[in-house]
Amino acid sequence: MLDPAILFPSILNGLTTGAVYALIALGLTLIYGVLHIINFAHGAALMMALYGVYFLHEKLGLDPYVSLPIMVPAMFVAGYGLYRGVIARASHGKDENILLVTLGLSIILENAALYFWKSDTLTIETPYTLSTVNIFGAMISTPKVVAFGGALVATVILLLIIGKTNLGRAIRACAKERQGARLVGIDVDHVFAMSFGIGLACLGAAACFLLPAYYVNPQVGNGFVLIAFTIVVLGGMGSFVGALLGGFLIGIVESIGGLMLGESLGQIGIFVIFIAVLLFRPQGLFGAKA
Amino acid sequence: MRSLWLIALLVLVVALLPLFVTSGFAINFVIMVLYATLLGQAWNILGGFGGQFSFGHAVFFGTGAYAMSVLQVKFGLNAWLALPCAVVLGGLVGTGIGALSFRYGLKGSYFSLVTLAFAEVFRILANTFDFTGAGVGLQLPLKESAADLQFATKTGYLYAVLALAAISLLTAWWLKNSRYGAWLTAVRDNEDSAAALGVNAFRVKLIAISISGALMASGGAFYVQMYRYIDPHIAYGSSISVEALLAAIIGGMGTIFGPLLGAVVLHALSELTRNYIPDAPGVSLIIYGALLVLIIMFMPRGIAGLFGRKR
Repeated sequence: MLDPAILFPSILNGLTTGAVYALIALGLTLIYGVLHIINFAHGAALMMALYGVYFLHEKLGLDPYVSLPIMVPAMFVAGYGLYRGVIARASHGKDENILLVTLGLSIILENAALYFWKSDTLTIETPYTLSTVNIFGAMISTPKVVAFGGALVATVILLLIIGKTNLGRAIRACAKERQGARLVGIDVDHVFAMSFGIGLACLGAAACFLLPAYYVNPQVGNGFVLIAFTIVVLGGMGSFVGALLGGFLIGIVESIGGLMLGESLGQIGIFVIFIAVLLFRPQGLFGAKA
Repeated sequence: MRSLWLIALLVLVVALLPLFVTSGFAINFVIMVLYATLLGQAWNILGGFGGQFSFGHAVFFGTGAYAMSVLQVKFGLNAWLALPCAVVLGGLVGTGIGALSFRYGLKGSYFSLVTLAFAEVFRILANTFDFTGAGVGLQLPLKESAADLQFATKTGYLYAVLALAAISLLTAWWLKNSRYGAWLTAVRDNEDSAAALGVNAFRVKLIAISISGALMASGGAFYVQMYRYIDPHIAYGSSISVEALLAAIIGGMGTIFGPLLGAVVLHALSELTRNYIPDAPGVSLIIYGALLVLIIMFMPRGIAGLFGRKR
């Protein structure tokens, strides 16, 4: 069963899936790290982005990778507006309220998708959907390899934005000490909305990399919500490097779990990890910060 | 005292209802409202009175439903004997999850997520093992007699769910009027101060999640008896968790009649949308979601908050 000839491709597969998971989790961990809120609508937002990529391909014939410069800004604007228009107004200063509001948003988005586009599972045909790349003898599908590279590039860009730009400095300042940030003249509400927008922009990129090898239906986001939370918790809430490593780890766990326990039971590993980390090491495997 | 009279009046009115109302639609509506009240109140015990927002109450509902069906189908137990087992099992699952999460100090959003994860774990387990019928689910044999807790008419189910909903309302009344209830709300409002005054916060929360789980499990047991079928998605899917939380939050958290008000509003809305926008999957849920957002934005105390400081 643990023949290296099966194990190696399965680990590679897990790594490529994990890269996209990491990209989704990065958006979530940014929102958590800065705003200290848990965005339960993250999965529903990803589902919307996937539909966006799907319709750009079906109606305009755009290749999913060409859709990147459309989807990323579009999701950013949606996130900025959503934060300013709904989430900021509903908090009343309590984290649980935001959790409930984002739950409400996810219910709305998911059922709006069900109403407009029905519950059919949709896929797209691209010239490279079925092609594979040979990596040391393991055949990995081309879209997954591209997704792996794309997710890494997106992560680097995100880290550069946070680390090197003025906006990034403001974001980090607000994450650490929002009162102090306000005192030195930072428009905190604007920075919060920007962070939320960037968090959703990550989903726009993730959707473009995901769709060629994946599918979309109104419920597709649900599967990603708990996985993304698991990664965020595993990597330490608010830690970018943690989210990246956590994404790879979860991708591999899922892949090997599926190999050893079967498709249905294999998923259980992720949730057991989630519960165990929350209970025994809530600061995450890689983070020492609270 | 006044709340107690209100509960008695409600029970009396509903109990006499079948004498005057023969419309199957009306009886069914009342059954669904009382059923939603039961689920909402179960959530309210932990979420409203205790301040611990669970996103995975389906874990208790499903456990009750599966205990009820497995005990009857696989062990041939009578439904009246299976019911207390299902309720106790639901309570025990609550104790177990509570012991783990509260022991390690999980609160707020973390608690919500961990309950959701537990529900997912149970769903995958129920989906995998033949013991619970795996993905196919379990079907109860048809035995329409009160001795088997199945009824030929809707009236029987009306009385069954009325009894359960009344118990849930009385539990909420007891929380409003007992020392334990005061401890629970004290822990919700400020756990550290409560602990400083000598309240054992861990034990108080543990009792709340056990009661909440037992009530939710009775809802699952009722579901199985009425529809005679259960599968992993119905039992442990997120929609049942959301239904429970919606009724309590929209009606008013931490109140006795909040879940009842929420249940009435939600079911009236869903009937209206079904009438005016037929063949539209998801529309009533879009309205539910919008209602949840609006209530939290503008009326955090729910509909019950409109009635002033009434209990």
